[in-house]
Amino acid sequence: MTAPGRLGRAIVVFYLVVFFVYMFLPLVYMMAVAFNDTRIPTLNPWRGFTLRWFVVMWEDTRMWESVWKSVVIAVWVIVLSVPLGLAGALLMTRLQVAGKPFVYAVLVSPVLTPGIIIGLSTLIFWDTTFDIGGRWHLSVLGQSSFISAYCMLLFMARLQRFDPTLEEAALDLGATPLKMFWTVTLPYMRPAVLSAVALSFFQSFENYNTTVFTIGNDLTFTMFIVGKVRKGVQPDTNALAFVLVVATIAGGIIYEVVRRREVRQAEVRARAAMRAGEAVAIAPAAAR
Amino acid sequence: VTRAAWRDAVRRFGHGGLAFIFVGCAFWALVLIVLPTLLMVDQAFRPYLPRSEWGGPKDIYTARNLVAAVGEPLNQIIFLKTIWASVLVTVLALVNAYPLSFILVRGGRAAWIGAIMIGLLIPFWVNDILKAFAWQILLARFGPINNLLIAVGVLAEPYPFLNLDVGVIVGLIYAYLLFMLFPLYSAMESLDPNQLDAARDLGAPGWRIHWDIVVPHAKPGIASGCIVTFMLAAGSFAVPQILGGTRSLWVTQLIYNQFDAINWNLGAAYGLALVVLCLVFVLTMMSVFRVSLRDIAR
Repeated sequence: MTAPGRLGRAIVVFYLVVFFVYMFLPLVYMMAVAFNDTRIPTLNPWRGFTLRWFVVMWEDTRMWESVWKSVVIAVWVIVLSVPLGLAGALLMTRLQVAGKPFVYAVLVSPVLTPGIIIGLSTLIFWDTTFDIGGRWHLSVLGQSSFISAYCMLLFMARLQRFDPTLEEAALDLGATPLKMFWTVTLPYMRPAVLSAVALSFFQSFENYNTTVFTIGNDLTFTMFIVGKVRKGVQPDTNALAFVLVVATIAGGIIYEVVRRREVRQAEVRARAAMRAGEAVAIAPAAAR
Repeated sequence: VTRAAWRDAVRRFGHGGLAFIFVGCAFWALVLIVLPTLLMVDQAFRPYLPRSEWGGPKDIYTARNLVAAVGEPLNQIIFLKTIWASVLVTVLALVNAYPLSFILVRGGRAAWIGAIMIGLLIPFWVNDILKAFAWQILLARFGPINNLLIAVGVLAEPYPFLNLDVGVIVGLIYAYLLFMLFPLYSAMESLDPNQLDAARDLGAPGWRIHWDIVVPHAKPGIASGCIVTFMLAAGSFAVPQILGGTRSLWVTQLIYNQFDAINWNLGAAYGLALVVLCLVFVLTMMSVFRVSLRDIAR
């Protein structure tokens, strides 16, 4: 790297600092307001430190009901999206069928469709053909159409580095396809499955655009937050925001740590399997 | 499908496994994607009728909804506003993210670069509802930004950011800027530093190094960043809901209002217009940058 001038360096550092302040200051301000003993969400004037907004936020039963609804939806989305994503990824990477590029385009198209369009078309489809109006079940279906695509992309990335001869070996040794999948393919896919489950949960839990059209009279957590923010009267919303940002950071760190350990373990397992394979291959030769 | 390939697939996955793959993909593609989309298009071309008159003599295909959606001058303003504002958000995000990711890539493998990228994941993960809420507080009538501008003497009285498009645009840039940065950064990361040094040693000016080396190399990242940012901005619902007022309606709000009024057919027509708009943008970007769907969906 050629050394940039002192001035150039100063500009670069200044730019980075400004960018960081721009990215973080609004969030920090929003979180700090939660501790101000005032009735309107502001830091100016500062009326003293309080935790009462956290108590107000915590005691809202409507919030807990909405959280529960969002969790139920997210769990069903995982149940639907992870298998669908896996089916799509296997079709794309492991089978030779006609029209694969077209099927691929159809399956990833929800990723490139505005969320409200997915919600709208899901609602229209189920309501006009089956007279099933908006409820949380429809939110599960609407969200799954694009979350399955995220899962598929995760699985495809992992499957592309998969060595199919491992499966061959299992089949040659007399494993049934199911047993082979369970003992060879799935263990290899474990980090991707873990990522897919986590991604599905968060994508579903924080979804707003698709949900708002399909949910009917049910209330999810994101809708609860938007409702509160639009009324925007008390700092208990800031207390909620504080908890959510902290939870986001914690969740991100936990996810990253677990994922790294999973990838490392998968590599260790693969190496161990290879050494075992070599030992088996060498043994008969040595016996001779 | 050749017979040998089929036999191999059966051996590998079993009939049950193949059934799972095909039934799963068919359900996903047809029931969750294709049929709902077709039904939306179908409803966009039918008149708004009570359920009892469906299939009756009045239930005929008509372009009236689309004409109403696109022909109404007030709607045209909202559509055009959504387009230009989303383009503006995309361009501003690109103008900021490009030098930033170049700086971060050129910084090499220094530890502080890793720290910065992990640090930026935090605002990246925070939901856009909360990001809009943060700016609602900052831009409020008696919020810190108005207070600051008045204290400095730029404004004489509070400026109503929150009822005008400017508030929405500020929030959109903040919410979606990092969706431009991360694809750009990962595209530039694979750039060979030797190539840049060679160009510099041969006397190429800075702008030529960027135009001839960095930009072509980062093209897939630029394209996917632009597409994602534009789609998020044009399809945003929470941000204009939170930061906008009655005078700064977004296309998504137009669609939602029709749903609230139970005229789904008109809502579907608006939705169709938005889909076509986004499709045109995506296809234009893909052909301008000559990238495929696989480069974008990652």
